Amino acid sequence: MKQVHLTLTEQTPLTQDVFRLVLQGDISSLTRPGQFVNLAIPGFYLRRPISVCDYELTNPDGTGTLTLIYRAVGNGTRALSRMKPGQILDVLCGLGNGFDLSRAGAEPLLVGGGLGIPPLYKLARELKASGIVPQVVLGFNTKNEIFLYDEFRALDCPLFLMTADGSAGNKGFVTDVMVKLSYTYFYSCGPAPMYRAIEKIATAPGEYSFEERMGCGFGACMGCTIQTANGPARVCREGPVFRREVIQW
Amino acid sequence: MVNTQVTLSGWTLDNPVIPASGTFGFGYEFSEVYDLNLLGSISLKGTTLAPRFGNPTPRIAETPAGLLNSVGLQNPGAEAVANEEMSRLSRVFHKKVILNVSGFSKEDYVGAVQALCRKDMVGLFEINISCPNVHGGGMAFGTDPDSAYEITRAVKAVADKPVYVKLSPNVTDITQIALACEEAGADGLSLINTLMGMRISLKDRKPILKNRTGGLSGPAIFPVALRMVYDVYEKVRIPLIGIGGVSSADDVLEMMLAGATAVQVGSANLVRPDACKAIIEELPHRMEAYHIESLSDIIGGAHHGT
Repeated sequence: MKQVHLTLTEQTPLTQDVFRLVLQGDISSLTRPGQFVNLAIPGFYLRRPISVCDYELTNPDGTGTLTLIYRAVGNGTRALSRMKPGQILDVLCGLGNGFDLSRAGAEPLLVGGGLGIPPLYKLARELKASGIVPQVVLGFNTKNEIFLYDEFRALDCPLFLMTADGSAGNKGFVTDVMVKLSYTYFYSCGPAPMYRAIEKIATAPGEYSFEERMGCGFGACMGCTIQTANGPARVCREGPVFRREVIQW
Repeated sequence: MVNTQVTLSGWTLDNPVIPASGTFGFGYEFSEVYDLNLLGSISLKGTTLAPRFGNPTPRIAETPAGLLNSVGLQNPGAEAVANEEMSRLSRVFHKKVILNVSGFSKEDYVGAVQALCRKDMVGLFEINISCPNVHGGGMAFGTDPDSAYEITRAVKAVADKPVYVKLSPNVTDITQIALACEEAGADGLSLINTLMGMRISLKDRKPILKNRTGGLSGPAIFPVALRMVYDVYEKVRIPLIGIGGVSSADDVLEMMLAGATAVQVGSANLVRPDACKAIIEELPHRMEAYHIESLSDIIGGAHHGT
């Protein structure tokens, strides 16, 4: 973890309430896809934890580009969506464990639902960079809520798009595709009902990324603790990614 | 050169700044951010005799200038704190710590304190009779003078270090509880714990916290804490540790003028991991600005001639 000041260079609406935020500065504390940052938003007491969609170190001094995709869902994130290029953000960077790439095997599967999709993007890029081509399944409620699809398509992986109402891609849920695929390991990020559905049909080991209301984001307040097979675990510190077998559903 | 030393029951601290229990874990996480030996001391995460998972999530809700928490005393139990957490911390922190102890019965408090005795690393015990997030214990003892007296007396009988009692602000008259603890032999008092509060989600039309209520902390409660330290200082002769929303060196000075000998910093650590370091570095400059040569000279200074 590192407390850094990053410069906002891009704020782009992707859907009605989903935004892409690009920041520049010291991102040297990021080590794996699936980590998160905790942003201070002027006027709000608590920071806002947001998963890392992508990052790229561009200089040997540890500086580079950080991309976040978030939904303006409350007063804090709505205020964040009004921040402009050139503004400086106070960021706790490099939080959480991230995905374990060493467990991918030859044919990993990435399964994302809605706002859970962003951290899978950097994961897909990293897997490809290491010579592994993942299969990717993305699920959205409806066509108007789709984001990041073109970026995934550009990665040239087997890609499946599902919408609950059938307005784009195939009609149905991510699990409707999953049951037809074979895979060595799965990585999933999305809402809890999606995890419960995956848990019923998954045929390989895998890991899920969790979300919880947080006080600090770095393990001090015990605000985000969940019970696991290994005992109490802080989503912000031992997580947010937990292996399938330790989760108590 | 200004003097930032203060003395709590014969134990001299390099400065009065102490991270508050529950906002600093067992210290270890913060050693990534700065050298913990800058601190006056550390008040460790509230410890109970048996391990506790705490309350279900959500445990955190934001408020104007603060937050609510309903963690519910999650901790690995007195045995693990004595044998594992303290030895891990001792690798990065070489000063004495404050052990914050909680319970659900007199026997719980006594048992936990006994398990934590005979440790050189302990400066004092801070007996938490003010946790608002557990049922049948915690705050129940801190809102009744007779119970506060009983717990204090029982712990005093077994503790091998000074006993400070951490008071709840959720009472009509905090000075009554303070006096009961002093009469029972408390060596000092820590105040205040969090104020009970609630937030409701408009979307879900129910309380945000799974436990419904939680304890309010942060800058929002600083004036309340300050007033209570001021009032208690008028009534008791034992030293006070001021707690509640402290976020800057100026807040430390204000708390000491109200009557605190030392000051704990809580929520500020959560939003700014280097908060205590920044306050300690700022303190000598603010002392100079207000012509304070020795911090211990200003304790209770706001009471003189008023």
